[in-house]
This record gives sequence, C-alpha cells and structure tokens, in this order.
Amino acid sequence: MAGKREVAESCFEFLYLELVRTCYVKEEDDRGTRSSLDAMGFQVGQQLAERYTIDRARFSDHLEVIKFICKEFWNELFNKQVDNLKTNRNREIFVLHDNRFRWLRHMSLPKDLAAAAETVNRYLIFPCGIIKGALASFGVLCEVSAELTDSATHACAFHIRITQK
Amino acid sequence: MKPSRGTGTMNFAPVEKINSELFTLTYGSMVRQLLVDNEDNVEAVNTQLEKMGYNIGVRLIDEFLAKTSTTRCSDFRETAEVVAKVGLKMFLGVQATVANWNADGTECSLILEDNPIVDFVELPEQYQSLSYSSMLCGVFRGALEMVNMKVESWFVQDTLKGDEVNEIRLRLLEVVQDEYPFKDDE
Repeated sequence: MAGKREVAESCFEFLYLELVRTCYVKEEDDRGTRSSLDAMGFQVGQQLAERYTIDRARFSDHLEVIKFICKEFWNELFNKQVDNLKTNRNREIFVLHDNRFRWLRHMSLPKDLAAAAETVNRYLIFPCGIIKGALASFGVLCEVSAELTDSATHACAFHIRITQK
Repeated sequence: MKPSRGTGTMNFAPVEKINSELFTLTYGSMVRQLLVDNEDNVEAVNTQLEKMGYNIGVRLIDEFLAKTSTTRCSDFRETAEVVAKVGLKMFLGVQATVANWNADGTECSLILEDNPIVDFVELPEQYQSLSYSSMLCGVFRGALEMVNMKVESWFVQDTLKGDEVNEIRLRLLEVVQDEYPFKDDE
C-alpha cells in the first residue's frame, strides 16, 4: 500500500487528455468510444470509492452516499466540493453543480455554449463513469450524464438518476 | 557549478499535486481497456502505450521548461541527470539514479526504485511480456525530441516482473541541429 503518495496534477491531466484523444481517434463509432470511457471511469470510480471509505461505517441510505460523493469524494478528485446539489421530490434525481470543473480548466472554449458543450462532451464521459462506479460500490445503481453549463467558467452539471438503491 | 540545476526539490515553481491514486488507477484501467481493444495482443499494447507517452511528452516538456529554470543542457550526460533528478521528481514525485553509461556517453540507464505508475498493480501470467510502464519511455522520447534530441528508451528491468529495481535504458540517437530561420548570405 503506497499511502498518501502524490504526483503532479498535470500528470493526470496529460494522461487523461491523451486517453480521450486516443479513444476518439481510433473509433469511428462514437458509441463504442463512449462505452469504453464509461467502463474505464466506472472501474476507477469503484476502486476509488472503496479506498476512500475504508475506515468508515456503512452509509445508512442513498442520500448519505450522494452527500459523500458531493463532499469527500469530489474533494479527493477535484480539490473542492460540489457547489450546489439539487434533487427532485422523490429523491431519485440529483443534479450536482460544479461551478468550475477542474478537468476542463486548461481548455479554452468557444463562447457559444452549444459549441463549447459539443467540444467538452467527450471529456465528461469518464467522470460520469466514475460517479456511477462509486455509487455502484455502495449498492446504488444509477444513470449519470453531464453537460457544460457555462463556457467561460467551465461550470458543469452532473445529472444522476437513481435506478436502484 | 550550475546554480540553475538543483536536486529537484528547490528550483522550480510550485506544482499542483494530487493524490496519486486517481492517476495510477486511470492508467491501470486504460491498460486493461487497451488489452481488450487489441484482443490481448501485448506487442500492440506496448507500442500504443509508448506512442501515447510520446504524444504526452511533446506537450509536457513545455510545462517542464516553464516551471524550472533549466538552461540548455550542454551534453547528454547532463540531460540524463536532469530527467532523472528534476523531471521525474517534478511529475512523479520520485527520483532516479543515472548509471551504466556506455563508453561514448550516448547511452545510460535510469534506475528507478520506486515507480508510482505500478502502485497496486500485479501482472498476470499471460501478460508477462507487457511493458506496462512503457508510456514513460514514450514521454522521454517525446519530451527530448522537442529539445532536439532523438532518443530511444526501453525497460530492461521491471519491478512488475520481479526485478529488484526498474531500469530504463536511454539511448541518444541523434542531436538535431536547430534550423536557422534565415540564410546566412541574405
């Protein structure tokens, strides 16, 4: 066990950008690429969630899990917490707002939101997979999607729809 | 004495750090996916990893040069030391030792006892010829090409395969001369 080892954040960023780039270069079929990135994210999410909760008691319900994702988990990944959490009446849909999504910070995006969102979509698949995988490791099954909500600040919204808890 | 060359802990602008797990686990999951995509063709995956490393290296060098006060290395010996002591330290948080030089100073080994990329990794039997960390070799190749050195790099010892240390061979093939933007006789 390596303990709290650190690497330069840019190591991850370079790796991640190259990973997404390579996936998209070789696949003509967008669906295949999406599913690869999603699968990779899922696996990483599961592994990270296990590591980050080794010493803690089990979560009492799925709301506790979502709170954990928004606070400790997001902090470990992105050095900050989720800025805003919205949910619907049934507590089956959650929207996590990150006002400045870290993994996009070195990208300069077109001003037009639709164009910027199009550019950025491929970089949001992996983090959605991570969230899905993390939740799955606590027995919460869901669908996760994300979208850019502001091209200047790189604000993103992650939509979680619980399918089984 | 070269005041701009340090041991890697003193002379660079602060680099933002993260816990290595996200990096290590993403790398691992990527390797797994590459094996699936290439139907377990290990040689193809080795090549792909090195190529991806090259693509990373050509971009990473800019950050390295920007963050350190490194001046142009006078020879390959100095280059190897900078890679081992400053470069690896800055990005991976570990240092290597430079050793096993050949007679004309064009080839050496970087001995890395500790490789963060392989934390928590075990290589199953059927993947023994996988060069798991060959992305690192590609990074060296890409980064050094941007500073006019064509090199080859490969693993000769790998802790994943039971060796005591990681030994990465670095061979200088060619120093590419800068091209002047204008002709002398104009």
